[in-house]
Amino acid sequence: MLVEKIRGALRLAALSPEACALGLTRGMTLADARARTPALSVVVHQPDADAALLRQVLDDFGRFTPMAALDGDAGLILDVTGCTHLFSDEAGLVRAVERRAGRIGLAVRTALAGTPEAARALARFGRSGQVYQPGQDRDAARTLPISAMELGEKDQQALTRAGLRTLGDLEDRPTAALAARFGSDLPVRLGRILGREDVRITPLRPPPPCVVDRILFEPITETTHVEAVIGDLLAEAAVWLEQRSLGGRAFEVAFFRLDGATRRITVRTGRATRDAPGVMRLFRERLAALASPLDPGFGFDQLRLSVPVTQTLMAAQPGFEAPSTATRDLDGLIDRLTARLGPEAVCRFEAVESHLPERAARLVWAGRRESGTPWPARDPESPPLRPFQMFDPPQPIETVSLAPDGPPARFRWRRVTHDVARAEGPERIGGEWWRRPNHRTRDYYRVEDRDGRRFWLFRAGFYGDDPEPRWYIHGLFA
Amino acid sequence: MPSTYQIAQLKTRLASLSRHDTGGEPERFLLGIDRVDAYLDPGPCLFCLHDIHARTAADAVAANAFALGLATRATRERPMVWVFQNLAGQEAGGLNGSGLHEWGVSPDRVLIVRVRDATALLAAGEEALKSGAVGSVLMSGWGEARAMSLTASRRLALAARAGSSTAFVVRAASMSAPSAAETRWSVGSALSTGLEAGVPGRPAFVAALTRSRQGAAPAQWTLEWDRERRAFCEPAPVSGRRLSVPVPGSAAARGPAAGLRRTG
Repeated sequence: MLVEKIRGALRLAALSPEACALGLTRGMTLADARARTPALSVVVHQPDADAALLRQVLDDFGRFTPMAALDGDAGLILDVTGCTHLFSDEAGLVRAVERRAGRIGLAVRTALAGTPEAARALARFGRSGQVYQPGQDRDAARTLPISAMELGEKDQQALTRAGLRTLGDLEDRPTAALAARFGSDLPVRLGRILGREDVRITPLRPPPPCVVDRILFEPITETTHVEAVIGDLLAEAAVWLEQRSLGGRAFEVAFFRLDGATRRITVRTGRATRDAPGVMRLFRERLAALASPLDPGFGFDQLRLSVPVTQTLMAAQPGFEAPSTATRDLDGLIDRLTARLGPEAVCRFEAVESHLPERAARLVWAGRRESGTPWPARDPESPPLRPFQMFDPPQPIETVSLAPDGPPARFRWRRVTHDVARAEGPERIGGEWWRRPNHRTRDYYRVEDRDGRRFWLFRAGFYGDDPEPRWYIHGLFA
Repeated sequence: MPSTYQIAQLKTRLASLSRHDTGGEPERFLLGIDRVDAYLDPGPCLFCLHDIHARTAADAVAANAFALGLATRATRERPMVWVFQNLAGQEAGGLNGSGLHEWGVSPDRVLIVRVRDATALLAAGEEALKSGAVGSVLMSGWGEARAMSLTASRRLALAARAGSSTAFVVRAASMSAPSAAETRWSVGSALSTGLEAGVPGRPAFVAALTRSRQGAAPAQWTLEWDRERRAFCEPAPVSGRRLSVPVPGSAAARGPAAGLRRTG
């Protein structure tokens, strides 16, 4: 049995069937329970670990239907509309769920009914493992005790005192009186449990527009087999997409492992595509570059390919003498490098409207379509005014200046002294006070030392300020 | 029945459509200075590998910029890929978008790929070269790496040939190693031609050709970069030049005297 600390006392949080048979109940203090039954084996309750396990089970149960959601802290709800035929019929599906849960080592109660609330109430308070056909679930729900409403203790007591024992009793009462006494929530709840009102569940993952499944008779472990299956799935998805004139911008493969672990791997593409071999190449790159490699354990018994993001993609007629394929090749290259190195490693520069040098250009993912602001105009007469390579953050240097407001005559950077031969400046760049109020004004100098190396130095602050101005090196010119 | 002549004509037409043919473009590129181009005649080869070595660690920026200059000449209007090792960014500063723009290339056309180590640098470079989508690929590495072997350079050269793009490998803070490069350069910073009021001028390099497969003897030039023409140019003969350029073959040119003076 599990215990947790509530209001200063260790109380029972969950009990085994044997403990229930001994008359122990949830919420009882551990001391009381020990007094009644001295030989108790007690484990501390870990709600976080429970939630994590439930999440994992939910991921695994994604194999039954894409519409799966958590229900409370100990339940799962699966919307199996249109999925039952995969398991021969509804009873087959329920059996498959129970078998699967049993294999993971869980004790479960199941019910299949017309609405999520009905299924929940029937699973918890009715007979487990039952499949209720339309109409049957209502009759079954009417025989459930009042506790199936899962009301507060007070309300439940009030209803019991009034002589209402089952949901059927409750339904026979006029709604208005119940709503007046217990709030309008109660009739709504009742209606949902009895199947008069149907609400959809919100699945943990929104179901993607295109899903292709492969349930494997024999679990697979070899990479080549996994790749072959992904290739088949991609080819199937490509046909599906082509029939609807769609292309995918993201492809996700879910690997369902025999022991219940699930791994999802996604590749994204810069433009919509349904080119199965091309996406397969991306998956190969991605699988090879995974930080924690795909662990097949005892094997995968199901693979599911889904296309969560789609876009209209009309069939293109290839020219006989193919014209420039350069942009398509470049997009392919960007996708391959992104699959291998991640989107933050494959980028290009984009201009930003800012006069702060470190903000004037930023790196964006290279596959992005929209272009930013135009780059500022160059003065054809002047040499480059911005450094070729820049330090982030600027590095402090020690300087010797001839005049307080002039460029340094000599500076020391990384333990090397440089004598300044030529200098240009200052170029005064004020801080962006609307972003960082205490930003100090900088005076930038382009200097060249006697060895012919060019540096971009700046002084942050003015002489006579408190604190003293500091010198930094911000970049190197070619 | 088609005649033999017609078949021959079709064959030439098919050959002209094939990917490896450059379609009448010259297979060479020029630096833009008559004197240097005449020496290198017929010019550095397109679609092969060129090695650029920074003379000292402090010359890494100059080597990168010189390589970008060569790549700009070789790429023409096609996009360019720059694979950059993160360590190089920490040592000599990361690439700067405004700086590329000021250098004279359009930053939109440069794909920046940031990698962790030399192996990833070579792999990403090879992938980009083979793709056939880009005009040239620059690979900037830092430090000694066993991955930068003769075999690796052979692979790059083959990938460049296969994908019709030109490869430039820039290496800083490392000894020169055997390589399958078409030309090899050793590059350092040079004093620029000062503008009025003692202002530093255009980017300037001392570029030494240390090896050429075309058989040109090693030589050394001082070059500047003219961003408006997108070409290298000769520094203007100004008396204010403070550093004399070593004559090719002289002791000054051979020795590593141009390195940083360590003072403490």
